[in-house]
Amino acid sequence: MNRAERIRNHLMALPPALYLLLFFAVPSVMMLFASFRYPGEYGGLAPWYYIEHGQFSLDFTLENWLRLFESGIYLGLLFKSLGYAILTTLICTIMAYPLALMIARSQKRFRDLLLLLVILPFWSNFLVRIYAWMIIFSPQGALTIGLNHVTAALGLEPISLMFSSTAVITCLVYVHLPFMILPLYANLEKHDSRLLDAAQDLGANRFQCFWLITWPQSLPGIYAGAILVFIPSLGIFAIPDLLGGTNGIMIGNVIKQQFVESRDWPFGSVLSLVLTGITLLLVLLAAKLGKTGSANNGT
Amino acid sequence: MVHNRPSKTLVSAGILVYLFLYIPLAVVVIFSFNDSKLNAEWVGFTWKWYEKLIHNENILRAAGNSLIIAIISAALATVLGTLAGLAIHRGRQKWLPALVLGPIAMPDILIGVSLLLMFILLNISLGSVSIILAHVSFCIGFVALAVQSRLAGMDQSLIEAARDLGASPWQSFRLISLPLLMPGIIAGALMAFTLSIDDFVITFFTAGVGSSTLPLEIYSMVKIAVTPEVNAVSTLLMLVTLTLITLLSKISPAVLRQ
Amino acid sequence: MLEINAVSRSFGDFVALNNVSLHIQAGEFFTLLGPSGCGKTTLLRLIAGFDQADSGQILLDGKPLCALPPELRPVHTVFQSYALFPHMTVAENIAFPLRMAKMSKSEIAHRVAEVLDDVRLPDKANHYPDALSGGQKQRIAIARALVNRPRLLLLDEPLSALDAKLREQMQIELINLQKEVGITFVYVTHDQGEALALSHRIAVMNKGEISQIDEPSVLYSYPDNRFVADFIGQCNILDAKVVSSDSQKVNIAITGLGELATIANPEITFNRGDSCALTLRPEKIRLAAILEAGSNEVLFSGKVHDMLYLGDVTVYIIELANDVLIEAMLANDAPGRTRLFDTGDAVQISWRIDAGHLVP
Repeated sequence: MNRAERIRNHLMALPPALYLLLFFAVPSVMMLFASFRYPGEYGGLAPWYYIEHGQFSLDFTLENWLRLFESGIYLGLLFKSLGYAILTTLICTIMAYPLALMIARSQKRFRDLLLLLVILPFWSNFLVRIYAWMIIFSPQGALTIGLNHVTAALGLEPISLMFSSTAVITCLVYVHLPFMILPLYANLEKHDSRLLDAAQDLGANRFQCFWLITWPQSLPGIYAGAILVFIPSLGIFAIPDLLGGTNGIMIGNVIKQQFVESRDWPFGSVLSLVLTGITLLLVLLAAKLGKTGSANNGT
Repeated sequence: MVHNRPSKTLVSAGILVYLFLYIPLAVVVIFSFNDSKLNAEWVGFTWKWYEKLIHNENILRAAGNSLIIAIISAALATVLGTLAGLAIHRGRQKWLPALVLGPIAMPDILIGVSLLLMFILLNISLGSVSIILAHVSFCIGFVALAVQSRLAGMDQSLIEAARDLGASPWQSFRLISLPLLMPGIIAGALMAFTLSIDDFVITFFTAGVGSSTLPLEIYSMVKIAVTPEVNAVSTLLMLVTLTLITLLSKISPAVLRQ
Repeated sequence: MLEINAVSRSFGDFVALNNVSLHIQAGEFFTLLGPSGCGKTTLLRLIAGFDQADSGQILLDGKPLCALPPELRPVHTVFQSYALFPHMTVAENIAFPLRMAKMSKSEIAHRVAEVLDDVRLPDKANHYPDALSGGQKQRIAIARALVNRPRLLLLDEPLSALDAKLREQMQIELINLQKEVGITFVYVTHDQGEALALSHRIAVMNKGEISQIDEPSVLYSYPDNRFVADFIGQCNILDAKVVSSDSQKVNIAITGLGELATIANPEITFNRGDSCALTLRPEKIRLAAILEAGSNEVLFSGKVHDMLYLGDVTVYIIELANDVLIEAMLANDAPGRTRLFDTGDAVQISWRIDAGHLVP
């Protein structure tokens, strides 16, 4: 590679790199600084230095970080959010598996269509998809009324689906399900069906075929899907905001609250950074798992 | 090769999952034609929610704004994303993929609040411009991915052949690379457009009070009350994305799967 | 015409080319032959200009090539993957180098039609490459590389994607084409049979270095070293030590078989005590139940260890004294069904002392 080509290469990377440095990397660093500053009197941030008697002093604090650990509320909420995200991931896996397997085992000419049917609802507006569940879970909705006929017949208290953790998790699953189906399908589609024939030939029954052949090979797909479902689920705020009521809120709602309503940016930054940390950890883990996964496949 | 057909149990489980995916959307569409203010019981067919919508100034203004923002964001993201995809493919800058794909991996709320923080601290007033700046930053990665996957599928010796047969670097890019990349670039542009016009979370933080987009407008409507007018907007929005997706799948089916 | 002087190229710790020099004559069909990773493709890419040498010089007609980018070299390449532009028709593909050379439209049309006739595909002008068969793509790729009459045509394993029958047919076409156009061909392959069939001269490469450059028949009969003997064709390689030598003959002691005379490699002097190896092609060995040794022949008794019936020939692995195994080949040229030896049969083998070739 000669000099001119090297220069061309760098010139090509420059505009997008500069842009993302400015509008992705720099804001993240600013947020890191903000987490050590005091909140401003009217929201925002207090100055990061002050000059007293001609003496220049920095004004940074650990207070915001300590607050996270001192008050159990936020840590509790963080764990609750992690729990919601884990549950969402599990349910997504259970629901996605049969569908992905079905598509992977369908005839080639139907696969693209079946896959498109998975993707279509995922491309309809995010809020519309939440709104759909607001209708379904509404107290006047057929589902709630129907369920309450049953509870009444059983002599139980009437239940409300709206503004509950059930509503939040259902909608989380609904919104993120395609993220699990697609990587899982991509994995399952590559499986050599002759392996199953071989296993059957060697005496495995249908369950053993699945458990000993298909399942272990599909783990990389599940890991990939799990990351894609878990990360956005953890950071969500619109779903609990619209469907969760006061009991259903998650860490995303608190972050939004700190930035928009109570305007305590330093503490909002702390919570955001915790979320960033968890995300980074998971992405690194996924990269590692992905590497060993592909090593196992011998590619 | 002998084909492993899906079993009956598998097919019925699959159909149930499809129902789970489609029933909620069907509910939205059906009730948009329902002659009742409540989304509860079917009363009768009507167009009136759509008529009301046409006269709703706020919605129309927001929709127009969304369209403009999406077009500009998609255009900028396409240029920057194509460059990024080319650069990532050459692999000279090891840190570039992390920078380009980072905004895709992060929960969108983090992008939203960190940009809000920066815009305010740097005295950039919130409005259409800040929304566009934000949208471009998360769309670049998607365009780059679309372009890069196209490049990965391209025989590298095509470029060498062009050079070998007398084309300068610029000629080989213009006559060989660009035409072959075009489907990826167009798919990336359409994806950026769709992502921008659909985005709620990042827009929510970077919009400020002055400007509104369609998703923001829907959010404030939904926050107040569930009305069939929202169903009507949602149905129209679905129609738009359906059209875009059909276009996208015509151009580059592989891109959709990422 | 093409001079490669002391060229070296490394990728990190891997030495792809180590101090390689060779001269190629105008009008020659020259082949770079070697196993994968031997540096042959690296050398081709240096000549084409896709890569830069770390040191050394490449001269074409006496002028250094290294400073020129690929588009300014009068050298065209036929790629292994053909590299036909999928968004251009066959005619547009062939016109590409002419367009780059800023030729007039009418001249381009004329030349494209002419070269399409040469490769016998005049009716494919408006087809896209996807619609062509492997052999047709191959011919179009060659036509595209030849249309602008380069000084040098580089071919990078061009036949490797074709099936055996088609490959043989294309080999004949390539030989005829090269004769017709008179352009110097530099051909890269790992297939020794292909190299022997096509080339005027072959450079055998191993681990970034040139093992031997010679005409095919010389290469086959008089390999310079064990690698060449082993890589080209089937060969018995028997370890030995030099016992005595004069200008005509060398007496060697083969491990396990004892002393015997042989003819020396004329290019190398062998001294007493040198270790060496006797290379012996299987088809040069006589094999029968009972043989009589003529003058200048050596004779051994053994038994059949393994046999492979291949139709036209039968390959026998003969076990001699002290577990020495020798491969011999018998042509099944007698009329009717051939009588074969069985595993375990006692046989005798012999060869003329000048049938073996001594290498260090």
